[in-house]
Amino acid sequence: MSITIKDVEHVANLARLELSEQEKEQFAGQLNAILKYAEKLNELQTDDVEPTSHVLPVYNVMRDDVIRESVTNETALRNAPEDEDGQFKVPAVLE
Amino acid sequence: MALFDLRLQEVHNQLRKKELSVADLVDASFSRIAATDASIQAFLTLNEEGARTAAAELDKALADGSEQGLLFGLPAGIKDNIVTEGLLTTCASQFLRNYDPIYDATVTKKLKAAQSVTIGKLNMDEFAMGGSNENSSFHPTRNPWNTDYVPGGSSGGSAASVAAGQVYFALGSDTGGSIRQPAAYCGIVGLKPTYGLVSRFGLVAFASSLDQIGPLTKNVEDSAYVLQAIAGYDQNDSTSANVEIPDYVSALNGDVKGLRIGVPKEYLGQGIDPQVKEAVLAALKQFESLGATWEEVSLPHTEYAVATYYLLASSEASSNLARFDGVRYGVRAENPDNLLDLYRKSRSQGFGQEVKRRIMLGTYALSSGYYDAYYLKAQKVRTLIKQDFDNVFQNFDLIIGPTAPTAAFPIGEQVGDPLTMYLNDICTIPVSLAGVPAISVPCGFANGLPVGLQIIGKAFDERTVLRAAHAYEQHTEHHKQRPQL
Repeated sequence: MSITIKDVEHVANLARLELSEQEKEQFAGQLNAILKYAEKLNELQTDDVEPTSHVLPVYNVMRDDVIRESVTNETALRNAPEDEDGQFKVPAVLE
Repeated sequence: MALFDLRLQEVHNQLRKKELSVADLVDASFSRIAATDASIQAFLTLNEEGARTAAAELDKALADGSEQGLLFGLPAGIKDNIVTEGLLTTCASQFLRNYDPIYDATVTKKLKAAQSVTIGKLNMDEFAMGGSNENSSFHPTRNPWNTDYVPGGSSGGSAASVAAGQVYFALGSDTGGSIRQPAAYCGIVGLKPTYGLVSRFGLVAFASSLDQIGPLTKNVEDSAYVLQAIAGYDQNDSTSANVEIPDYVSALNGDVKGLRIGVPKEYLGQGIDPQVKEAVLAALKQFESLGATWEEVSLPHTEYAVATYYLLASSEASSNLARFDGVRYGVRAENPDNLLDLYRKSRSQGFGQEVKRRIMLGTYALSSGYYDAYYLKAQKVRTLIKQDFDNVFQNFDLIIGPTAPTAAFPIGEQVGDPLTMYLNDICTIPVSLAGVPAISVPCGFANGLPVGLQIIGKAFDERTVLRAAHAYEQHTEHHKQRPQL
């Protein structure tokens, strides 16, 4: 398998990245090398192996649904690059 | 600086006898930083005002006898991916260069409760991605033993700062070896606890199923104290383990008689520096003379660990880093055409090359058509790697080998070659995939640079890991060596 510039553009779009032409070339080469290396895993027969997504058994953590203190609106917006009327501001989505 | 060569108990004795004040400790820390940080550049943010205010309060507590924190008065550095309320947390990324957290991580709260003093935030590879600290988007940190060499990564700032005597201890985070490998390269002690033992709440996530916070210290006893202060169940972290926390310090009784040690032949095979191998074998002899036994074992899937790790860690990273969109925090690109363009431009301008490379790899591995071939396959191989450890631990108490196959390498040597760089982590990655605890302790030198011995234990058996590391340390002088800065 070989990653083309077109594949790189498709993945960059999924990842919400905008790449320069030079970056596309570079990533195509490096991703090819890394994925080729990763194909080493195909040497192993894993049909009957259960996947491990976590080393510990993970359970949902629930708390009682009670009203409690939260951060203030002002604090929540402290790091906002742009805000207006107590809300995060973004470019218009609807015309 | 002699002050930082004292053991925790000696510091506390001097504080109680009024031979020393917390203000003196904090002064010593900042003067050492002033004297050495131009050459090693471990810090990203200093908390000078906050630290001095905290010192004054702690000295007051000392005067009225209300000091009781486990880490009372000790100057601490925190890796810059652990959030600290009101103190910049950048993850060494341009994306977060102005990020002022609105809350404390659980470990930050616990350090405050244990009454240590936060001196500042330490440099790292951007978003903890890297093995050399060269991926910081601000500046690389340098190895205190030789400033032409890397300090290791990604907790390189934390390791270099402790090794240089700038702070008494530091916190780092370990995903594939990011506490142990820089500890080895800088000649100090680094502990990656069992996955889930220390809360990850407030740790900026890289690969959630692997990340774990842990201490970097100059000796094993201090490591046990810091672990004691930060371990424990946390409701805010859905992967936190609800287990009883034992007394780690009391485990350090020097007794390793009868301990059964397995030594993986895969960790001493191809690619290992002969001087590193020699240092590890000498350490095993030391254990033998203390009454432990060791024999060669096999972790047969070791050669698949690096590929497995990079697929899984990158996949988790691509998902975790989706939150960086320039809307709620971080840096926003100017003049976007529309919302989608805002995301794309902000992310492209904010993230460095290594971060983009891993997001691309992870997105690809998770994308339709490739999920089974890469991501699912890697999760299955992870099971086999974990089973390797389970099998050995049926007959052995500990697994011991090198922390890294070589000592530190020169800055710039591997930066253009991600695959070679990734292979430096061959001895630390399998441990992370299995989620078991491991410590790196100094065990000698190769070409004048420190070498780390890695001691790996069963899940939640930090007591045995610390006990063995401490017993070894008591019979060697390696951990007492200091770089000349």
